[in-house]
Amino acid sequence: MVDDAAKRSFVLKGIGVSPGIVIGKAHLFDRFDVRVSFYRLRDKDLVSDETKRFKAALKESEKQLLEIKNRLRELAGQEPLYIIDVHLLILKDKMFINHTIQYIKDLCINAEWAIKMTIDRYKEIFDKVEDEYLKGRISDIRYVGQMITRNLAGGKKDIVPDIGGKGIIIAADLSPADTAQMMMNKVQGFATDMGGKTSHTAIVARAVEIPAVVGLESITKLVRTNDDIIIDGTAGLVVVNPDPEMIKVYDDKRKHFEVAQENFLKYARLPAVTKDNYRVDIGGNIEFIEEIPTAISHGAEGIGLYRTEFIYINKGQLPTEEEHFANYRSIVGLEGLNWATIRTFDLGGDKFYSDPKLAKEMNPQMGLRAIRFCLKEVDMFKVQLRAIARASAFGKTRIMFPMVSGIEEIREAKRIFFEVKDDLVAKGIPVGDDIEIGVMIEVPSAVIIADELAKEVDFFSIGTNDLIQYALAIDRINERVTYLYEPLHPAVLRLIKHVIDVGHNAGIRVAMCGEMAGEPAYIIILLGLEIDELSMNPLAIPRVKKVIQESTLQESKALLAKVMTFSSAAVIREFVNNYMRERFPEEFQTNGT
Amino acid sequence: MWRNHHRLSGLIVTAMVVIKTFEIKNKLGLHARVAAKLINVSTRFKAKIFFERDGKVANGKSLLSILTLACPLGSRLTIRAEGMDAQEAVHDLGKLIENKFGED
Repeated sequence: MVDDAAKRSFVLKGIGVSPGIVIGKAHLFDRFDVRVSFYRLRDKDLVSDETKRFKAALKESEKQLLEIKNRLRELAGQEPLYIIDVHLLILKDKMFINHTIQYIKDLCINAEWAIKMTIDRYKEIFDKVEDEYLKGRISDIRYVGQMITRNLAGGKKDIVPDIGGKGIIIAADLSPADTAQMMMNKVQGFATDMGGKTSHTAIVARAVEIPAVVGLESITKLVRTNDDIIIDGTAGLVVVNPDPEMIKVYDDKRKHFEVAQENFLKYARLPAVTKDNYRVDIGGNIEFIEEIPTAISHGAEGIGLYRTEFIYINKGQLPTEEEHFANYRSIVGLEGLNWATIRTFDLGGDKFYSDPKLAKEMNPQMGLRAIRFCLKEVDMFKVQLRAIARASAFGKTRIMFPMVSGIEEIREAKRIFFEVKDDLVAKGIPVGDDIEIGVMIEVPSAVIIADELAKEVDFFSIGTNDLIQYALAIDRINERVTYLYEPLHPAVLRLIKHVIDVGHNAGIRVAMCGEMAGEPAYIIILLGLEIDELSMNPLAIPRVKKVIQESTLQESKALLAKVMTFSSAAVIREFVNNYMRERFPEEFQTNGT
Repeated sequence: MWRNHHRLSGLIVTAMVVIKTFEIKNKLGLHARVAAKLINVSTRFKAKIFFERDGKVANGKSLLSILTLACPLGSRLTIRAEGMDAQEAVHDLGKLIENKFGED
């Protein structure tokens, strides 16, 4: 029977992080949701192997639980630890193990099936218990069962959520490892409990052009798989179990949105030149080479940021030089793209937790990641640098080092790069002769010593996501402080102005590749600073170009001068919003802020 | 207390069997956390250990088995231990129960 209460429709408000509207079916994503196959063993001889496989999975699960326990011990008090202890005891429970092995032997079935039977058996026993608390313990048994099953499948590799048909993913939070494993062509939208504008879910959703709403707090508890659901990524709304009337309204909105998108594309291939002839290079930020066609059709003139993390993520082992090369070769020297800026390994932080050895940091955002990690793992670093150097023979290549905080790091990175490059040249392997080297400016210390860094490099690229997070001391995935994440904070604007001024004084080019570069409302300010290149999510390019094409450098400078006199972020925001609404009524009325 | 004599290939092995009944005095009864504490003690001993309540018997070294007994506050739990260190086992387990597992 259908539970009527569950089918009532309701609306949840979150943060819209990727525009667009989708109407579809919810799919609750659970990290333990393993695709399990049950089968009978071909003959009795396989029983001992199957038992061994089961025992190996038990061992692996124990290892993981102990690791979780250690991590929890560092983070919290003793309280949550006992739950892990209970799980460990279930894992080592002789009855649990013996029942399962017995099922494998007696019924000649695979371990996955046997585990399910053991869990069902306990469920039956616990269902009879009157005590509600004890009844609930079946969830612990199930958790352990899922953990073992996942390890039987060979760890993380096989947890690709098979959502059957297309679906809207509902999750607490999505890590890069989660999204890397999803079959994105089946995902129509995202709605998550946690996250902010620059969380991983947001970035991925925009990259693949699907609507997403994050920061919904408890959607995973309120929505069930197969519920009808509407995601309005423009307004930040999620409608659960919409009535037919509502579906019609949203279907109309969806059509309008798509028409508007098409109109923007008309301006997309024209250069971003102001009415008084100031030209800004427009780049696209990409993560996967599959995004290149979208980047070009939306008006990217080059690739301003190629994030190479995904070459590493979701792999059992480190990528080879050839794998790197194949990726770089497909973006360098491509027709329609004038340059490719490749950012080296930026793993660590929230980008990488496939390898638990690398993940045990209390504060990974400020931990051993990016250039710091590379300078420690020089052999691994060299593999990537060799591949980039080889690709540079095919077209304009810029190489960019992330998270540089001091001069030694850039000097050392350059030394290693030139060692690799000279070695290639000595072996007669072609290498581009106009390769440029740059640093990503995203640590406040790099801003302060920008004059020194400028002597070492050919360009700067300002990474605003991290720069804002570090400068304002905001954890960008903590939704309780996202309200403080403010690109228009006077401190942020002064930092950016300083970097651009210093770069230009030193005669080097200054780009911006953070989220800020793709926000039309900020474009006039960045123009006023005479930024050389803006690189952004390809989908943002049409609107940004349109704003640039309709403005002048002169007015931008006037606006900037005014803005720099304000001391409060709120005042700046209000001023800028009003200005943009008046100046570009079409752009800034329909889509709110 | 009595002794069982088993004849094993000519050797006489003496196994001690100790049985004692306790009342569960902590408010929440034998829930997962306290059951975990019982296991941590019982698995230290070589003796075979059984818990019994209302005719249901549980393996004293299996958490899941103990949980299935579902002992609430006020229920009576009989511990039976068989082996050389049975006496210490029952003593230590009994102390844990008497002390309400260190909770209320």
